[in-house]
Amino acid sequence: MRTAFIKALTHVAASDPRITLVVGDLGYSVIEEFARRFPRQFVNAGVAEQNMTGLAAGMALAGRRVFTYSIGNFPTLRCLEQVRNDVCYHGAAVTIVTVGGGFAYGALGASHHATEDIAIMRTLPRMTVVAPGDPVEAGHATYALAEAGGPAYLRLGKAGEPVVHDGPIAFEIGRAITVRGGSDLTLITTGGMLHNVVRARDALATTHRVQARVLSMHSIKPIDREAILAAASETGAIVTVEEHSVIGGLGGAVSEVLAESGVGIPFRRIGIPSAFDTVVGSQEYLRGRHGLTVEGLVPAIEGLLLGARR
Amino acid sequence: MTTTTEDIRGLARRIRAHSLRMTHSARSSHIGGALSMADLLAALYGRVLRVDAGRPNWPERDRFVLSKGHACASLYATLAETGFIPVETLSTFYTDGTTLAGHVTTGAAGVEVSTGSLGHGLPLACGMALALARDESPSRVFALLSDGECDEGSTWEAALFGGHHQLTNLIAIIDYNKIQSLGHVADVMALEPFGAKWSAFGWAVAEIDGHDIDAIVRTLETVPLEQHKPTCVIAHTVKGRGVSFMEGLLTYHYKPPSDDELARALDELEGR
Ligand SMILES: Cc1ncc(C[n+]2csc(CCOP(=O)(O)OP(=O)(O)O)c2C)c(N)n1
Repeated sequence: MRTAFIKALTHVAASDPRITLVVGDLGYSVIEEFARRFPRQFVNAGVAEQNMTGLAAGMALAGRRVFTYSIGNFPTLRCLEQVRNDVCYHGAAVTIVTVGGGFAYGALGASHHATEDIAIMRTLPRMTVVAPGDPVEAGHATYALAEAGGPAYLRLGKAGEPVVHDGPIAFEIGRAITVRGGSDLTLITTGGMLHNVVRARDALATTHRVQARVLSMHSIKPIDREAILAAASETGAIVTVEEHSVIGGLGGAVSEVLAESGVGIPFRRIGIPSAFDTVVGSQEYLRGRHGLTVEGLVPAIEGLLLGARR
Repeated sequence: MTTTTEDIRGLARRIRAHSLRMTHSARSSHIGGALSMADLLAALYGRVLRVDAGRPNWPERDRFVLSKGHACASLYATLAETGFIPVETLSTFYTDGTTLAGHVTTGAAGVEVSTGSLGHGLPLACGMALALARDESPSRVFALLSDGECDEGSTWEAALFGGHHQLTNLIAIIDYNKIQSLGHVADVMALEPFGAKWSAFGWAVAEIDGHDIDAIVRTLETVPLEQHKPTCVIAHTVKGRGVSFMEGLLTYHYKPPSDDELARALDELEGR
């Protein structure tokens, strides 16, 4: 996803001199060409995320469209008040870009697990929150956010995620993408979980004759209420799947829509409990510990359906 | 127990060898910064720190805080060589289900704090030093920082705090290897005059060669360098030190040693 991001950003920066990339001493083998081609549109702020975010807001207030870039929690949680007061309160044209969403840096330990970022960013006034499901969505999201200006948060995986969309997609912030059709239930997911969710859906279709709709909810804020409510009435059950805490993220956002609309349907959030892992490992290993692999998703979805039919 | 300079050199060599094997089998980053601090770790754990592997939670122990948590391979190696954790566990580094996470984590005996986000170590160390001093504990707190994390405001907020509160039992050691994540410190965010900054914040400062075992031991054994001041030891080091083809290169902040590089590196270490 980061390759799709930097490719799109480089493309926009060539024709829009306002586009500026500010990195927190990160981006080795990603940002070099951008830095070389657009020296007036690039700065390395050093390992100093609070200053990075404050100065990004300052540059935005001076007319730039700024993208800050770092790993997981560093440009979000580390400098949360700069994000809130300097970026959001001023409505500054800053898009915060992170690599390493969820357990992408699994073996690196809890400091590098970005597992509460969506919830926290989502509460900030004026903030748009986008977590693309694959490299294709990541490219589209970058163009869309460069156009919109910010405040925004773009949560990426790292490099080499599988492409899920094999054809062209209609990407619009605030509009979910229907990746698979179906009427037995709906799986709503965000970010890099899309691949596992589509695989689990296809497994359910062949082994259990369950036709699940799959929505890639790349925009968590604003969220696509219409798609959620249509899924509720047309498919009768919803499961949210996210590589993030079950508190306040995608599952939280979807349940808010459902609860306030008054539809009572079988509903389940699959995600990470509010606890730190005491052991670590690869991304798939940690996903597996929390039921976020195909092997974990299939029985969980099946269980919800069985419960609903009873 | 007296440990000679030669013993400490031997310990440093074993720490380097373990670190190379660990990052090789894990295919993990950060070998450069693990090697640059190996002599400091060997001197600390071989001689300076009052710690006891048999009683890792002994209340009067000195505390060691690794703030540059990404370079933890050589700390885990040190803890294995000094009896805190079994040597065999080193091979679990980065593997599924391990407690030896890629940034230093308290799951391993002897690790006082988990870090990984830069700029957290010195504030934690200040808090420990303040509480221990107020409780009239003989324990001292040693924090090992990277030069890169001296970009962080939190590091300087703690520096102000340590000076203001005259934390005589606090020793910050900076692994000044002159390279951070995207280039040389001098190009990314210059720190010089570095020692003068710490002095201005109220610290007693020593600048030493961070690979000269005698100089490290001599300095750390005479702390506090001044009464009523915390100590800052700026250790001039070389990123990748000990493996000639890794020395001074940004590449080895990221690149794990290949099979061939591991063999050559181990040969070089034995030959010394
Ligand atoms: C707050 C924070 N921002 C960014 C990073 C990513 N990062 C890991 S190591 C590093 C810098 C490496 O240079 P230095 O800190 O000097 O370490 P050393 O050379 O001693 O390995 C960075 C920016 C981080 N770990 N924490």
